[in-house]
Amino acid sequence: MLSKRSLVGVRLNFHTLAVLFFFLIGTQVFAADPAVVESDEAIAAGKSVFNANCKTCHKLDQKMIGPALRGVTDRQSAEWAKSFIKNSSAVIASGDEYATALFAEFNNTVMPAHTFLSDDDLNNLLSYIEFGDKVDPAAAAATAAGGEGAVAAGGGIPTEYLTVIVVVLVIVLLLILIVLGLIISVLTKYINKQDLDADDKEFVSQKFELGKLLKSDGFVIIVTALVIALVAKTAIDGLYSVGVQQGYAPTQPIAYSHALHAGTLEIQCQYCHTGVEIGRSANIPSPNICMNCHTHVQNVQGKDGISPEIQKIYDAVDNNKPIEWVRVHNLPDLAYFNHSQHVKVGGIECQTCHGPIQEMEVVRQHSALTMGWCIDCHRNTEINSQGNEYYDKLVQLHSDSKDALKVKDIGGLECAKCHY
Amino acid sequence: MKENKKTYWKGLEQLNNDPEFVKHADREFPELPSALGEDGSASRRDFLKLMGFSLAAASLAACEAPVRKAIPYVNKPVDVNPSIPNYYASTFTSGGDYASVVVKTREGRPIKIDGNDLSPINKGKVNAIVEASVLSLYDKQRLTGPMAAGQKTDWKTLDAEVKSKLAAAGNVKIVANTILSPSTLESLNLLSEAVGGAEVIMYDPISNYGITKASETYYGAAVLPSYSFDKANTIVSFGADFLGTWISPIEFAGQYAKTRKISKEKPVMSRHYQFESNLSLAGANADYRTPIKASQSGLAVLALYNAIAKKAGAATVSAPAVEIAHLEMAANDLWASKGASLVVSGSNDPNVQVVIHAINELLGNNGVTVDFATPANFRKGDDSKMNQFVSDLKGGRVGGVVFYNCNPVYDFARGAEIAEGIAAAKVSVATNGTLDETASLVQYVAPDHNFLESWNDFEPKLGHFSLSQPTISPLFDTRQAQDSFLTWAGAGVNYYDFLRQNWEAGMFTQTETGGNFQEFWDQALYNGVYKLEKSAEALAPVGDVAAAAAAVGKTYAAASPAAELVIYTKVGIGSGTFANIPWLQEMPDPITKATWDNYLTVSQKWASDNGVTMFEENTQKAQITVNGKSLIVPILIQPGQADGTFGLALGYGRTKAGRVADGVGVNAYDLLDASAGFVNFDITSGVEVAVTGDSYKIARTQTHQTFMGRENVIQEATLAEYKQDASAGRYKPEIYKDGEFIKPSKISLWSGHKYSQHHWGLAIDMNSCIGCSACSVACQVENNVAVVGKQEVLNRREMAWIRIDRYYSSDAPADDLEGMEVASTNPEVTFQPMMCQHCNNAPCETVCPVAATTHSTEGLNQMTYNRCIGTRYCANNCPYKVRRFNWFKYHDNKDFAGVNVAQNSDLGKMVLNPDVTVRARGVMEKCSLCVQRIQAGKLAAKREKRKVQDGDVNVACAVACPTDALVFGDMNDPNSKVSQMLKIEDNSTSALKEVNEERAYHVLEEINVSPNVWYFTKIRNKEKNEA
Repeated sequence: MLSKRSLVGVRLNFHTLAVLFFFLIGTQVFAADPAVVESDEAIAAGKSVFNANCKTCHKLDQKMIGPALRGVTDRQSAEWAKSFIKNSSAVIASGDEYATALFAEFNNTVMPAHTFLSDDDLNNLLSYIEFGDKVDPAAAAATAAGGEGAVAAGGGIPTEYLTVIVVVLVIVLLLILIVLGLIISVLTKYINKQDLDADDKEFVSQKFELGKLLKSDGFVIIVTALVIALVAKTAIDGLYSVGVQQGYAPTQPIAYSHALHAGTLEIQCQYCHTGVEIGRSANIPSPNICMNCHTHVQNVQGKDGISPEIQKIYDAVDNNKPIEWVRVHNLPDLAYFNHSQHVKVGGIECQTCHGPIQEMEVVRQHSALTMGWCIDCHRNTEINSQGNEYYDKLVQLHSDSKDALKVKDIGGLECAKCHY
Repeated sequence: MKENKKTYWKGLEQLNNDPEFVKHADREFPELPSALGEDGSASRRDFLKLMGFSLAAASLAACEAPVRKAIPYVNKPVDVNPSIPNYYASTFTSGGDYASVVVKTREGRPIKIDGNDLSPINKGKVNAIVEASVLSLYDKQRLTGPMAAGQKTDWKTLDAEVKSKLAAAGNVKIVANTILSPSTLESLNLLSEAVGGAEVIMYDPISNYGITKASETYYGAAVLPSYSFDKANTIVSFGADFLGTWISPIEFAGQYAKTRKISKEKPVMSRHYQFESNLSLAGANADYRTPIKASQSGLAVLALYNAIAKKAGAATVSAPAVEIAHLEMAANDLWASKGASLVVSGSNDPNVQVVIHAINELLGNNGVTVDFATPANFRKGDDSKMNQFVSDLKGGRVGGVVFYNCNPVYDFARGAEIAEGIAAAKVSVATNGTLDETASLVQYVAPDHNFLESWNDFEPKLGHFSLSQPTISPLFDTRQAQDSFLTWAGAGVNYYDFLRQNWEAGMFTQTETGGNFQEFWDQALYNGVYKLEKSAEALAPVGDVAAAAAAVGKTYAAASPAAELVIYTKVGIGSGTFANIPWLQEMPDPITKATWDNYLTVSQKWASDNGVTMFEENTQKAQITVNGKSLIVPILIQPGQADGTFGLALGYGRTKAGRVADGVGVNAYDLLDASAGFVNFDITSGVEVAVTGDSYKIARTQTHQTFMGRENVIQEATLAEYKQDASAGRYKPEIYKDGEFIKPSKISLWSGHKYSQHHWGLAIDMNSCIGCSACSVACQVENNVAVVGKQEVLNRREMAWIRIDRYYSSDAPADDLEGMEVASTNPEVTFQPMMCQHCNNAPCETVCPVAATTHSTEGLNQMTYNRCIGTRYCANNCPYKVRRFNWFKYHDNKDFAGVNVAQNSDLGKMVLNPDVTVRARGVMEKCSLCVQRIQAGKLAAKREKRKVQDGDVNVACAVACPTDALVFGDMNDPNSKVSQMLKIEDNSTSALKEVNEERAYHVLEEINVSPNVWYFTKIRNKEKNEA
């Protein structure tokens, strides 16, 4: 769901350091636990354990709330790692030197116990930590670039061609003008050689007068029509944009960064926006959700003291005074929109409508949120009917058609789907 | 060209140059105020300037979108998610009126009340008052904190003063309506002990003291029995409106409907006789209804007793002879269904009720349809004690008085005397939530929470318990009345703990399941109801019917020539406690279809004798004088009203209820008579009525009273005919085409719709529909339907999406069109719920110039407000007249703030359904088949990756309906109830379903608009078709 582009640089440095560290200073090397195997199944299983339990505080190759995890079985025994994951407090309390040091290094942040994880889970988890998601930096960069290219190609075909066509047309027109001028001069010269009466002479030798042209009816009409057309076009465009707040990025009471939380830290959107799969509104998180992490994280990495922005959360909680966020995405009251229909049922990515939110320092309205925009998507989007019994009959009735079953085919363009 | 010298006048006023006419000559319509200034100074130029400015201002304003805030909770409660409703089981009570309910809350605000399916009493159903009661929480009139001597005070001061004064007062009386709550009674006991013995006096505004008193006389125990109308094959009611207002109407309506559902497999139904003076809701549904004078009712009961006694071989009583139509037939039917019949009476005369008990005893109904083993607590009011209290209070013999959520100054017969006497008490306290007629006269007001903010328990019937729980934190600085009692008693415990302790010591120890109390409590709270298997002793007669019969014989007369007044209760307003809820004021009375008024119902004969005519809303006023007290009331000519009697409804004429109810109608409680030891609602002597000649308008939503014999609208048959032919009464129009007669549905301009997934439909059983209008209010709450007020109802601009058409039969022959407009003297009544029919060939859709009304792929006729430009072509083209136009902006408009309270203040708006748009001025609206519920039901199914099951989606009207007359469902689903009711053969994707149920029909079938709403013929259990 989240792009990893922004991490590449960091990871590169870290990798180099880690490698250097390992080769130069590495004194304590533990034998690999035979249960921690490098198999695809184990890594996949381990990844899901990781995503469910660890991801909020840990990354494989980077410090977050907790340490970077990769190489833990090199630094300590697998058994040690397992017991630490299960109940870190117990390990620390036992006076384990490494554990105590770690605890101190991370501001005495307590890691919750995971006693519910089975031994298999832990083995898989360690497999994933050790062998999973190893990113070749060069490949990552290539993918990122490729992705961007694809988007560009998908979005902007006509403009470039249009420019070329216009330029060619202008050149052709200029050429025609020049040719016409040449013909006129040739013809004038030819006529002047003939015997002409006064009237004809006057006609042939008449001078081109700019003032007369400017005052001529034809010119005035053409110019007026053009001006009216331009004004009308501007006015209509202006009226269409009334109420459309695309790009709206108000200053928020807290300088919260999605780029940091969703981008760098890769926190799942649903972690904070709890309503997105169950209800109409995605929910702006209440401070008690913020406090899950910010009880421990009091400042951005590497800084001392309490960040003034984070302090605002504490103030809200202490004074029982809600944070008044400025609403960015405003749908008119007459339109009913339900997040769960789109995210849970339709399987639509958040970014489809909200844009590259993981890169936004300040949230802005990415899409136009106009009815035309909604309808366009309903015309083109296929129904996510896989494994959903609700759609069985519709899929079956549609099976004769060559085209895929789209939202528009099952009443997705009807008024009372959104207006009631 | 010849000059035209003729002058044309608009009227005599212009000819005479009447100054009034000259002043208003510029206006086309005299009644409408001029658009620009009263002095006419504004010119066309000013108008253009103004328009130019407003246009510019509007466009400027539109460029800058307002900054909107999104404010999350500081600490989000785990189970409250924005946009997702929560449901809490709770209980509605108002005195002895009871319903176990489920409260729907959104973001912590209660917005809708439905019945609780687990309740064995109201069985998931509600009535109009219960539906509307949610708005009482958001009433601007509510007190925001305690009051002392008319000034705001704080709880500490109030508690200290009340506590000491009550203790010192001596002879403290606690006055209340029926208290259903055992724990509340416990808390009052503690208070009583603390103040040296305080008597709790209960009274009911709508008293049924006569029944409990009669039980005491006849059975030796003052109890109200439980009635089972569902077990009765023959029902005889003497003026008891058991479907509308009598004791427990939701419960009785549900039971009654069970005996009225009919099918080919079960072609039986109960037979219902009604003998009454006013046309009540029960009377309107009766198979045989006989109008009788109130003064005859006692003798009618005696005559029935004698007829039954003769058959039973028991001793008859001496009774003056009286001629009552259908009475003998009723006796025969009762005797034939001995042990499965029921006789009830609405009279509050204990002697009459003794005879009623005796009749049921003779019929062997005791223990079957009349159950003394499960006594009901709905009416515990004691009129004689209350009478004594009023005398004591007036005589200065009461030291202190506590009014527990009751308003006797308004709703007791001797209210005026109480108002005078309150000052004589040393201390007077009220716990009423508003400063009503009583609370405004007492020294201390300790306002109680609204019932939606309170903890409480109830025992509506022996062994049937029910709990209420807060569904919102208190909006104001109010306190639960029981907490006040406990505080004043110095109990040192809050009511919630007190309640739990009571349950732990009481209900919990009596259960057989055991387990731990917390689990038991949680489950009971979750269910909302709890039942203990216990029953009282069955009762056998110990009293003597002869004495009561002799008393009845003396009080009543066979043919009294005097005018009589029968004071009754309306289905919507009831006792008047909830009169400040505009939904109830604007709910058309099921019978008269009148809103925003009470009125004197008079018989057609009296009206013609006195030269009173009523054309549409226009009527006259009359002065009614009862033993010296006079009221001026409008007259409403009521078919079915017994000659020589008049009817007048209670619940109106409030003076301190709030902005909505104050000054609406007149207070009929003033006319009640409590001199005979019970509150008498039938005033049989000393009544004088005189027409004053003043004209008046009553806002009625239906001005045409009969259906003019139009079989394409109302189709009905008798039971005998139905047994012969299941399609009896059906009108089957045919259309001539190409030399043959064919069904209208065979010809169409349209190619027809395909409904590939769902095909929503509604089946309406006119045999079950009793006309109670619960659906109408439920729809209003669910769909944010605006209240428009009396003047706009007069302008025919009411907004209700579902109306109940009430049709009277007419005696005139079919060719006498004018005569057919006049209802019979004692008409048959038919109720027909009418809402958007969601036509497959919808006439509205084809005329909309902007495609604002369109057809969906699920059979719905969709109305898109934001596209509508208000041409009203659709409404003009709708044959069912179900489209309503927003003539004004009813929300945020001070002109409607007094009536449309749910859309005009921040407090009122909390009740709005956030899933439904509040409509703006200039757009059309109509029934959407609760499309928001359909969408929510479908989405839930999709999220769970399953099909929509029957029952997942239900429309608000069908959920509320106490008789299940409305059945909604997917006609594409062969397992849905609606498919099975209609016997749909092929549940394919076709819009035109073949329906095999013989009773099912479309209204106006001949025009082939092909509705998705089906009606079932009305079947009457009559020998032959007669009025």
